[in-house]
Amino acid sequence: MGKPKLKEHIINREWCKGCGICVHFCPKNVLELDENDKAVAVIPEECICCRLCELRCPDLAIEVITEPSEVSESSEVSETSEV
Amino acid sequence: MAIKDYIRERFFPHMWCAGCGHGIVLNGLLRAIEQIGISKNDIVMVSGIGCSSRISGYVDFHTLHTLHGRALAFATGVKMSRPELKLIVPMGDGDALAIGGNHFIHAARRNIDMTAIVMNNRIYGMTGGQYSPLSGYGTSATTAPYSNIDHTFDVVNLSVAAGASFVARTTAYHVMQMISVLKQAILHKGFSVVEILTQCPTYFGRKNKLGGAVEMMEYFKNNTTSVGSKAKQENPELIERGVFVRKEIPEYCSEYEKIIQRATIG
Amino acid sequence: MSQNIRFIQGNEVCVEAALYAGLNFFAGYPITPSTEIAEHLSLRLPQIKGRFIQMEDEIASVCAIIGASLTGHKVMTATSGPGFSLMQEGLGYAIMAEIPCVIINVQRGGPSTGLPTSVSQGDVGQALWGTHGDHAVIAMTASNHQDIFAMTVHAFNMAETYRTPVILLFDEVTGHMRERLVIPEPGEFPLVERLRTSVKEGVDYHPYLPREDGRLPMSDFGGKHRYNVTGLAHDMWGFPSNNPSVVQGLLRHLVDKINNNSHNITRYNEYEMEDARTVLISYGSSARSALHVVKNRRARGERIGLLELQTLWPFPFGLVRQKCADAKYIVVVEMNMGQILQPVRMAVDNPERVYLANRIDGVFITPTDIKNILRIIQGRGM
Ligand SMILES: Cc1ncc(C[n+]2csc(CCOP(=O)(O)OP(=O)(O)O)c2C)c(N)n1
Ligand code: SF4
Ligand code: SF4
Ligand code: SF4
Repeated sequence: MGKPKLKEHIINREWCKGCGICVHFCPKNVLELDENDKAVAVIPEECICCRLCELRCPDLAIEVITEPSEVSESSEVSETSEV
Repeated sequence: MAIKDYIRERFFPHMWCAGCGHGIVLNGLLRAIEQIGISKNDIVMVSGIGCSSRISGYVDFHTLHTLHGRALAFATGVKMSRPELKLIVPMGDGDALAIGGNHFIHAARRNIDMTAIVMNNRIYGMTGGQYSPLSGYGTSATTAPYSNIDHTFDVVNLSVAAGASFVARTTAYHVMQMISVLKQAILHKGFSVVEILTQCPTYFGRKNKLGGAVEMMEYFKNNTTSVGSKAKQENPELIERGVFVRKEIPEYCSEYEKIIQRATIG
Repeated sequence: MSQNIRFIQGNEVCVEAALYAGLNFFAGYPITPSTEIAEHLSLRLPQIKGRFIQMEDEIASVCAIIGASLTGHKVMTATSGPGFSLMQEGLGYAIMAEIPCVIINVQRGGPSTGLPTSVSQGDVGQALWGTHGDHAVIAMTASNHQDIFAMTVHAFNMAETYRTPVILLFDEVTGHMRERLVIPEPGEFPLVERLRTSVKEGVDYHPYLPREDGRLPMSDFGGKHRYNVTGLAHDMWGFPSNNPSVVQGLLRHLVDKINNNSHNITRYNEYEMEDARTVLISYGSSARSALHVVKNRRARGERIGLLELQTLWPFPFGLVRQKCADAKYIVVVEMNMGQILQPVRMAVDNPERVYLANRIDGVFITPTDIKNILRIIQGRGM
């Protein structure tokens, strides 16, 4: 299975409540809260597509889109990344 | 299907506070269901009353938002009358174990096939931060201004003692484990309990000076360990996570089918 | 024609009638004097592939039948006073969420644990106002086995027609006495089946949008429409709403669908009423004694009649006013402190002519009791 490559982070600014969970727990510090307290990807090139931001968002506001082909959702992430 | 296909998008953004762990439970549950691939028409979600119980309004299943504490009793009627349906019953800790404690132990005892999810934030969120049976000795709440003297339940031990045939615990931090145990619980034939420690930053966090959502999730990360781990032996204070019980015992609706067979022969 | 005649208890009659009406699911908790209903159904329901469950309490029982009704089944629970008290929150839920179900209360003496094995009609008021908030309920009763059968079938029909809980208020005497029952042939009583929506899959379905006639076509849980059911005030999709006009519309609908159809819901019997100067108004087992008095005194030439109410709520105000128009004495015979006396006084043109003949001591009111009271009332004159 090839490593997924990031296409983009889709962040729904209407739904994001700025809790900062995705920002704090991103292993690569890809995300930040902007001046409106909405999550944004500031260094997307660092993203390892672990999807933890997507899975931990309480507001279903962030989606990690990978290419070329969508890998089977989240099952890619190793259990160790969260123990 | 994408997880967006399982929600009622028009009601988003949802009503929960920023950083509320209940949203993470919703997130994990949707992924578990998506990964199992159950048809939306085959799922009935029954919830009680509380912040947690509002989850049923956001999912595109057959949804029954009931009375405080009574979700499992309603769910029992749904399940028994249409055993082929998948029943998912999310409840708050007060909902499941204070006012609904009796229904909880009896549903477990019957081993009726449904998944009870206890969204344990250790507080009454909806009514504004009163102590729950899960708050614990020494905690602070709007009804425990001098410190709480109530002792807590261990939801896992209680469920095991009551006879649940699948019992697991995880937290809002451990999302991969959450998805995994929810999948196992939903697929398990019998009464399954998944306790998920979730953060209520608005009340439990604030009242107990635990910081915001991020700090409360750090706490889950640092103060829990896998069930049976060495870490637990070294530090008994750690809360264990994982699957505690999984056993195949006769399921209630299947047993009733046998009763019907017996009754219709004679 | 070979008639199916049985000599059984009233509680068993209720079971036979419920099965005749299509009962498929029962949840209950044992309590005297209703327990025989649960016992018989635990035997009978699995024989017809129906389901019986003994729950952990009456709260769970009423909740379970609501759940089972939502999957498209005819459902019932049975209890007595203390259990009926525990059911009140669930009853309100069924009213608010418009879930058809039948709740039997075989009344005993109260309040509290009261007189478990003695007769009373003390829960009549509770049936109407036991659950909180503005609402309307249907509550019915009967005084003999043939009528217990008919009213039980009627209760299921009304529950389905108006999508509402229907309460049957039997009592210890009718529940436990044995008398003859001719079991009606299939088809003898019309049965109302659940009105299901014709809206196709994928088309926007409004589970809480009443038709012109006030009825709501349902979709079974597990079926093609996924919707929300809640006890919160809700919109036509079943989603919570606190929009004042939505809330107002919902509450009006809940009350109007019952009160405006009183003519369809009301059942009663009348005996010797044409020229009656003394009108006894009674219901349930006390109507048996009242009827005895009427027959007895008619034989001696007294112009006395009995109006036996079978539908108690919504109260048949028009009927009572009309039937009592020419009466000099209106005597309500009941085994409580006047729970039907009050609405009768509100109904009639001359409330000062309304009297109460009652017993509240757990002892069945006899014809002699009624006669003794009548003697005092009539002796006093007007
Ligand atoms: C019979 C009844 N009693 C009390 C309430 C008020 N009430 C609503 S939610 C709630 C507690 C909520 O706490 P919990 O179940 O832990 O869920 P949370 O809101 O924390 O998610 C209470 C006491 C009610 N709705 N019904
Ligand atoms: S976790 Fe979700 S809601 Fe919170 S900041 Fe990130 S995107 Fe926004
Ligand atoms: S997918 Fe992982 S690495 Fe990428 S932004 Fe999200 S949490 Fe950070
Ligand atoms: S009050 Fe607490 S439980 Fe309720 S939504 Fe807010 S954070 Fe969540």
